[in-house]
Amino acid sequence: MSVARFWRKIPQRYNLIGTRCGTCGTYFFPPRSFCPSCRREGKIEEYRFPGKGKVVTHTVIRSASEQFERQTPYVLAIIQLDEGPRFTAQVVAEPGEIQVGTPVRPVFRRISADGESGVIHYGTKFVPVR
Amino acid sequence: MYVGNMSAGRFIEQEHIGALIADYSGMATRHIPATRVEAACASGGLSFRQAVIAVASGMEDVVVAAGVEKMTDVGTGVSVDTLAGAADREWEGFVGATFPGLYAMIATDYMHRYPLTREQLAQVAVKNHFNGARNPIAQFQQEITVETVIRSSLVADPLRLFDCSPITDGAAAVIVAPLERAREFTDRFVKVRASAQASDTISLHDRADISRLDATVAAGRRALDSAGLSHRDIDLVEVHDCFTIAEICAIEDLGFCRKGDAGRLTEEGITALDGDLPVNTSGGLKACGHPVGATGIKQICEVVQQLRGEAGKRQVPGAEIGMTHNVGGTGATVAVHILEAI
Ligand SMILES: [Zn+2]
Repeated sequence: MSVARFWRKIPQRYNLIGTRCGTCGTYFFPPRSFCPSCRREGKIEEYRFPGKGKVVTHTVIRSASEQFERQTPYVLAIIQLDEGPRFTAQVVAEPGEIQVGTPVRPVFRRISADGESGVIHYGTKFVPVR
Repeated sequence: MYVGNMSAGRFIEQEHIGALIADYSGMATRHIPATRVEAACASGGLSFRQAVIAVASGMEDVVVAAGVEKMTDVGTGVSVDTLAGAADREWEGFVGATFPGLYAMIATDYMHRYPLTREQLAQVAVKNHFNGARNPIAQFQQEITVETVIRSSLVADPLRLFDCSPITDGAAAVIVAPLERAREFTDRFVKVRASAQASDTISLHDRADISRLDATVAAGRRALDSAGLSHRDIDLVEVHDCFTIAEICAIEDLGFCRKGDAGRLTEEGITALDGDLPVNTSGGLKACGHPVGATGIKQICEVVQQLRGEAGKRQVPGAEIGMTHNVGGTGATVAVHILEAI
């Protein structure tokens, strides 16, 4: 991934900055710049998600692309935030440690790196809440 | 000419393959229009649909619908990453989602909600290898057992190596022409009864239901409605089994049974070659292979062979109407076609 491409999404990746439609109250993460329900009537505003949520579904990745091969096995999940939006993220946990419905909270972590000397990509992972 | 292709740029560093294929098939000097169509693993299905639309509209007369992918020149890491491009790069690929990983999350959700056993899931692969063993062009022509699947290595839990379709080199082509002209070229043509396409969110996490492909539901419904047919009229179906769980979902989402019942149907042999609804007589993506851009056309070829009665050891006796179901990504694009014997 190019530096510019990663840089552009830093607010979302580091701080879970998403959006919310002021007209119908729907929350969006990843952020959307228009509301699919309200369309041109929608009023999109920025919203910072606290990041509390739960596991909707999950897997353990054991065969990955080159960028992630050294991290295998790692736990991947779809997280539903308390406000409603769902998105995909890694969970810092042992295989078998999380289940459907496990509550999670966000942590700032290294996601991947472009080779040995390339840019390090940081972002948000999740940890189970005990 | 339409050519379905997902990623020649990354697999073989060649773009512009519409023109390239027109050239090497000797048609560039005739200056025919040649267009590449891309919708990840549904590129072939969309290529066929574009050809049907072109002919049905009267804009073109005789059109080649082709599909091709050359996947084995790159290593596994590169192919895994290239295929991950069919999902949302920024919000799925970026965090380490692989294609098997996304379908594994469908499987986890499905098995949490419906009574699908590990053995039933494996039986999808066993059935497709049985069919592949009767298909001389299949990538894998050997039968396997439930144990083969369950003892193979985990790729993304709960999916194992034998739940996954392979990396494949392949190509396929069909010719689409107006019905009234077809007899000029062959007396073994088949009729296109319906062509439907639908889309859904690019990301799996944004779906209304993780275990249901609503683009499959929509395209399947539209195809049957436009053909004026019901499920009982369909004699066989080629579905997009990129993973075993995908075949389970496809059978249900196309409406052949209720949600949660496809595992039992598979176990009871209803989707087998000699069952009431043979599914993936070619061996499917699992055994016949999955050269992503070619798959949608290969499905059409299989149904054409069946409707002509030329499918040899895997022939479904008396097959008159067949369906194909081709998925791009985790369900962001779906093409469904219905063909009928003449
Ligand atoms: Zn709204």
